[in-house]
Amino acid sequence: MTISIRQERVIHHGLIYLIVTAGAIVMLFPLLWTVSTSLKTPDQLVYTRIELIPDPIAWENYIKVFEIAPVLRYFRNTMIIVLCAEFGSLVVCSLVAYAFARIPFPGRNLMFVLLLSSMMLPGVVTLIPFFIIFDRLGWINTFLPLIVPRFLAHNPFYIFLMRQFFRGVPQDLSDAARIDGCSEFGIWWRIVMPVSKPVLAAVAIFTFQWIWNDFLYPLVYLGGNKDLWTLALGLNSLKGMEGDVTTHYQMAFSVLMIIPMVIIFAFGQKYFIRGITFSGLKG
Amino acid sequence: MTATSDLARTSESRVLTPRWRNRHRHWIGWLFILPWFIGFLCFDVLPFFLNLYLSFTDFSVGARLPNWVGLANYKEMAGGDHLIGISFKNTVYYMGFSVPLLIIFAFSLALLLNANIRGRGIYRTIYYLPSLVPVVAASIIWLFMLRTRGGLVNLALGLVGLGPVPWLSRPEWAKPALILMSLWGFGGQMVIYLAGLQGISQELYEAAEIDGASGRQKLIHITVPLMTPTIFFNLIMGIIGSFQVFTAAFIMTGGGPLNSTLFYMLHLYNNAFNYFKMGYASAMAVVLFFIILTLTLIVNWTSERWVYYDTG
Repeated sequence: MTISIRQERVIHHGLIYLIVTAGAIVMLFPLLWTVSTSLKTPDQLVYTRIELIPDPIAWENYIKVFEIAPVLRYFRNTMIIVLCAEFGSLVVCSLVAYAFARIPFPGRNLMFVLLLSSMMLPGVVTLIPFFIIFDRLGWINTFLPLIVPRFLAHNPFYIFLMRQFFRGVPQDLSDAARIDGCSEFGIWWRIVMPVSKPVLAAVAIFTFQWIWNDFLYPLVYLGGNKDLWTLALGLNSLKGMEGDVTTHYQMAFSVLMIIPMVIIFAFGQKYFIRGITFSGLKG
Repeated sequence: MTATSDLARTSESRVLTPRWRNRHRHWIGWLFILPWFIGFLCFDVLPFFLNLYLSFTDFSVGARLPNWVGLANYKEMAGGDHLIGISFKNTVYYMGFSVPLLIIFAFSLALLLNANIRGRGIYRTIYYLPSLVPVVAASIIWLFMLRTRGGLVNLALGLVGLGPVPWLSRPEWAKPALILMSLWGFGGQMVIYLAGLQGISQELYEAAEIDGASGRQKLIHITVPLMTPTIFFNLIMGIIGSFQVFTAAFIMTGGGPLNSTLFYMLHLYNNAFNYFKMGYASAMAVVLFFIILTLTLIVNWTSERWVYYDTG
C-alpha cells in the first residue's frame, strides 16, 4: 500500500501537533499547579490526588499573604533598585554608548576593547572584593552597593547593545543638527534617543527582568537588614519544610512575582525576544 | 547686512569649525564615557586584582588586615579540602547532563515550532513562559512540586504506576531533580534557535528540493550545519552558566542531602559568607575564572572543526 504525499503530510503534521501539545501541557502544568495551590485551603493541601480547581476557592490567600509577609515593603524596595537601574541603563549607559558609536576621540578603540573584555569577566571574580570594598565603605545593608554601580554604567552588555544600534542611525541627522548649533549632548538626547526606541525598550525590559530575578547580590548586600529586602529575598524567607502550613501563601507570593513578568512580556514581546536572542543570557 | 556677507561668514565658519569642533569633541567623548570608565576601574579592574591578592591571604571579614600566606589557599584546595572535590564533581555532573539535554530539547522544539503549523505562536509562548519565572519563584515552586508525598511529579508518576521518588531527600536523586528543574526553562534557548532558523535562506531548501532531497537530508545537510554557530554559542553560555549555578541549590537543598548538590559556586559562597574564609573563597574564584577561561578556549578551538561559518 502506498500513501500519497498529501496523506504523508497529514501524518507528519499530526505527529508534530501531538508532540508539541503534549510538551506544552507538561511545560504549563507547573504554572497551573502553582496558581491552583495558591487558591487552596490548608486542608486541601494535603490531598494526595491531582485537583486543579479547588473547591472552595480560597481567594483570601492573596489578601492573607500581605499580612504574613510585608509584600508591599519588599515591592517598594525592589522598585527603588529597579528605578535606579533603569536610570543607569537608559541614561548613563546610552550616553556612553553614544560616545562609542558616534564621537571619534583618541583612545576610543582601546576603551572599547576594555569594555568588551569586561563583558567576559565572570561575576564571581568580583563578588568577594565587592563585598569587602562595600563593607569598608559601610555600605553593607544599604541599597548603595546595588545602585551606585548602576549610575556608573557598570553594564557593558547594555552599552554594547546600544552602541550597535546607534551606529545604524543615519549620520546626516546628526550633521544637520550640528550645523544648526546643536551640542553633542543635544544630538544624543534629541536626535539619537528618539529614533532608538526599540533598543531602549529592549534594554529597559531586560533591566527589569534582571533586577526582578536577582537573588545572590541582594542576599549578600541586604541579607542582614530585613527592612531593605527585595521580593526575591522575601519569597525565599517564606520557604519551609515538607508539609508546612504556608505552602499556599508561598504559591500566592510566587504568582504575584510572576504576573508582572508576564504582563511586561505580553506588552513588550517583540523587544523581549530581540533582547533574549541578542544576548542568550538568562539568570 | 547683505546676502554676500552672510555667505562669507558661513564659508568662514565652515573652514574654522571642524578643527575647533574636533578638539571640542575629543573632550566631550571622554566626558561621555567617564562614568563607565570610573565604573570599570572601580568595579572591574580594582576587584579583579584585589581578588587575586586576597587569594594569597587568609583574609576574614572580621580581620583588619589580610596576612600573606602565599600558596596556602591553593594547597588547601588541592589537598586539604575534601568538599571542593565533591563540589567540583557535582558541578561537572550537573553540567554534563543539563547542558546537552537543554540543547537537545531546545533545538528539537525550535525545529518543530518552526514548521508551518497552526497556533505555533501560542505554542512558542507556552514553551517560553516558564523562562519568565524568576529563579527564586521557580525554586519555591519546584520545591513544592518535588515533594516526596503529594508533590505533583510523584503524583504524575503514581498515575503510571511509578514512584514515589524521594527527589530532594536522597543524595542519588537530588542532582537529577535539579537537572529536571533546569530543563523547565529551556524556552529562553529555544527562542535563540528560532531566531537562527529564521535566518536560514529559503532558497537553499528550494534548491535542495529541486535536487530531490528528503526532509531528513535537508535537516542534516542544511539546517544543522547552518545552525552550528548558534548551537556553539548556547554550548559556551551553558557551560559558563552551569559552573556558576547557585540560586536553585541554595534555596532548594542548601547543598544537601549529604553534599550531593553542593556545587562549586555554593561552596565558594559558603566559604566567603558563612565561614568568612574570604581569602580561601577568593582562591576558589581565581580557579573558577581559569576553568571558565580554559573551557571557553577549548570549545572555541574545537569549534573550528565543527562550526560552519558562512564566510562567502
